[in-house]
Amino acid sequence: MTLHLAVALDGAGWHPAAWRESPADVFSPAHWAGLLAEAERGLLDLVTIEDALGLQSTLPDGPDDRTDQVRGRFDAVLLAARLAPLTTRIGLVPTATTTHTEPFHVAIGIATLDHVSGGRAGWRPQVSPRASEAAHFGRREFPPLDQVLNRPGGADLSADPHVRDLFAEAADAVEVARRLWDSWEDDAEIRDVATGRFLDRGKLHYADFAGRFFSVKGPSITPRPPQGQPVVAALAHARLPYEFAARAADVVLVTPHSAGQARAIVEEVRALSPDLKIFADLLVFLDEDGQAARRRKARLDELDGAELASDAAIFTGTPAELAEVLLEWRRTGIEGFRLRPGALPHDLFRITRGLTAELRRRGAFRHAYEAATLRGLLGLPRPAGRYAETAP
Amino acid sequence: MTRRRVHLAAHFPGVNNTTVWADPRSGSQIAFSSFAHLARTAERGGFDFFFLAEGLRLRELKGRIHDLDVAGRPESLTVLSALAAVTDRLGLAGTVNATFNEPYELARRLATLDHLSGGRAGWNVVTTSDAFTGANFRRGGFLDHADRYERAAEFVRLARRLWDSWEPDAVAADREAGVFVRPGSIGEVEHRGRHFSIRGRFTLPRSPQGRPVIIQAGDSDEGREFAAAEADVVFSRHGGLAEGKAFYADVKARLARYGRKPHQLKIMPAATYALGDTEAEAAENAAVIRRQQVSPQTAIAFLEQVWGRDLSGHDPDGPFPAVEPDLSSDLSQGRVAIKDRAGVAARWRALAEEKKLSIRELVIEVTGRQTFVGTPQSVARQIDEHVQAGAADGFILVPHLTPGGLDDFVDRVVPLLRERGAVRAGYTGTTLREHLELE
Ligand SMILES: Cc1cc2nc3c(=O)[nH]c(=O)nc-3n(C[C@H](O)[C@H](O)[C@H](O)COP(=O)(O)O)c2cc1C
Repeated sequence: MTLHLAVALDGAGWHPAAWRESPADVFSPAHWAGLLAEAERGLLDLVTIEDALGLQSTLPDGPDDRTDQVRGRFDAVLLAARLAPLTTRIGLVPTATTTHTEPFHVAIGIATLDHVSGGRAGWRPQVSPRASEAAHFGRREFPPLDQVLNRPGGADLSADPHVRDLFAEAADAVEVARRLWDSWEDDAEIRDVATGRFLDRGKLHYADFAGRFFSVKGPSITPRPPQGQPVVAALAHARLPYEFAARAADVVLVTPHSAGQARAIVEEVRALSPDLKIFADLLVFLDEDGQAARRRKARLDELDGAELASDAAIFTGTPAELAEVLLEWRRTGIEGFRLRPGALPHDLFRITRGLTAELRRRGAFRHAYEAATLRGLLGLPRPAGRYAETAP
Repeated sequence: MTRRRVHLAAHFPGVNNTTVWADPRSGSQIAFSSFAHLARTAERGGFDFFFLAEGLRLRELKGRIHDLDVAGRPESLTVLSALAAVTDRLGLAGTVNATFNEPYELARRLATLDHLSGGRAGWNVVTTSDAFTGANFRRGGFLDHADRYERAAEFVRLARRLWDSWEPDAVAADREAGVFVRPGSIGEVEHRGRHFSIRGRFTLPRSPQGRPVIIQAGDSDEGREFAAAEADVVFSRHGGLAEGKAFYADVKARLARYGRKPHQLKIMPAATYALGDTEAEAAENAAVIRRQQVSPQTAIAFLEQVWGRDLSGHDPDGPFPAVEPDLSSDLSQGRVAIKDRAGVAARWRALAEEKKLSIRELVIEVTGRQTFVGTPQSVARQIDEHVQAGAADGFILVPHLTPGGLDDFVDRVVPLLRERGAVRAGYTGTTLREHLELE
């Protein structure tokens, strides 16, 4: 059975000093087009694109004034759309916040990405807990994040009412998006010359969502996307986001640091949802010689002035060693991986050429794209519209 | 006097009431291939930009979704970003509402489009705001009619501050020295205004155009004033010669108040056209298009919008209705309101009686706004004459067919415009601002 492989793209890579050794110009479309072409050449399932409504920072909240790291980032949905016509098979999963962006705008943006890519769109919904980002909108006041992080009881954010509200709002936002994607039945456009009707209005439905945080009437202005519903993939590190993912997402991206942890997380998530796809995130430095990979990471750590820290496990070694780790974790129930390349394009090349070859040798990765849509690649069925059945 | 250059743009004929869908040549209004086809055609014709309208709620009539016209469109900036991948020079302009968006986020998306297109982004700032559209958004219908342009103006000025907040050379990306951004080159923006209160730093370097081209499409006094103060292009409905000249003179005269010169604001009315090998054939083609645009059902629906009454019992090919309009009810939602419905109804009735028109014939007559009808030669001449006469700086062409509706114009009229020296022989710049000669 093929293992699912995603790559997370951000700047010049996930090491904050990666740009120092990378030829990449992160603000050039050609940089991104090159990465996508390579990822598709490697037959990967999808790429994710990071985003946030604030400047990158080493601080939990607000800008840090560092000048030695990449600062600045494109809107991820637009970047994904810019790359869609340059590729034909790979999934495109941009990040967009559920906290500040209007759910209606996100829903039609992702639906549009699905239309322009011929059914390859996904969405990584993300909450924006930072007070500094809320200040970019000036409509809501958030407590400073270090106050949230330093609450009595430690870093279990799910105990914080602010964070709980953000996740409840996120669940509503995804629910609205799904209702809007379903709000046009697949065959709502009839072009019936005899009656003069372009639409069959019986096949258009109001979303009629009213929740704690907002209400949305609908229907969408955008016809149902090719996949019916684009794929929703949520990053989750703890119980509260697992619950969010189980309720709202098709794929959950988790961050175990060992096979043992992977097993425990899979059990916890499976108890919440039987059919959520579980991917594990790993930050990777890869070279044909494991020593070279370790030296490269150490060099970047030194340039940055600190050892790399990450929410995900950090792997440093050869593609063959990584293949072993992935297969071991797969035995715990992990179905796919989202690899975060330490440096671009270097580690992406090691993934698309080295790792995929190693996995193929072990019968664990595809030899050709077997489906034209992202849902197809992930083995997710195309959902019937929720309103279609209720029609007389 | 030196000749004025004619600027041309292409409106994507998706959702609007001039788009003909019943024609066998009519294709998808949502498939990306349709957008790519029209954009490539416009680029082949050396057009300044490709233009998308926006509506954030499906239109309704008599409390039900309007099912007669083309409906269903993509999110403007997302589809434009995809078009940036399949075009090289064409400007990419999208309509995005200033009422149901927030400056930080939209400024960021527009700057992204400008980067991703190499400086080809344009933003048509519209202000349509009402509870009907607001039902799709957090705040609902929160803004009074009178405050719309005030918010829009504050929005644009704030967006401009965000776009300007990174020094032009902020990104050093000096690998040896380890300096990605020059110290102090990302400014902090702090704004306290009537509509927005924000503080922070922007997340994108200055884009190729510095700021995207600003387009405005409102007609009221406030709208014109806003255009004079903030816009680079006005998209107007005044395509005719006399009304075009009046509008042009009025808007250009407002510029001085803002310290601006006439050439800094380009006025580009919407224009439709019908071509033929002879004048008679063109007129015949125009008539056929009009009948396609106004189906029997559309004729009744049109009248209902003015009458405020259900007229579905009336025969579209029969006489004009005898009943009086109900001015207390408005059956239409999601369109720009028709002003003075009583007066409109009276004029239409008089016209129908005088010319003995059926309902459908009357609607065809009063809603016709074909700007240019003729042979390619005469259409090229008319377009050029409008511009030389000071009725426009160019036109935003609204073809009636998706996606091939511009093919004949680009194949047959553009070469003649080039021969006349009315349009550029090809692109001379790379940015939309350069195409529009906005400096
Ligand atoms: C030529 C033209 C095109 C317009 N296109 C749009 C559009 O695509 N979406 C929209 O919401 N409003 C559109 N509008 C509406 C205007 O933004 C504005 O809200 C409306 O004209 C009322 O403003 P006014 O009183 O200044 O005319 C358009 C208006 C004109 C004149």
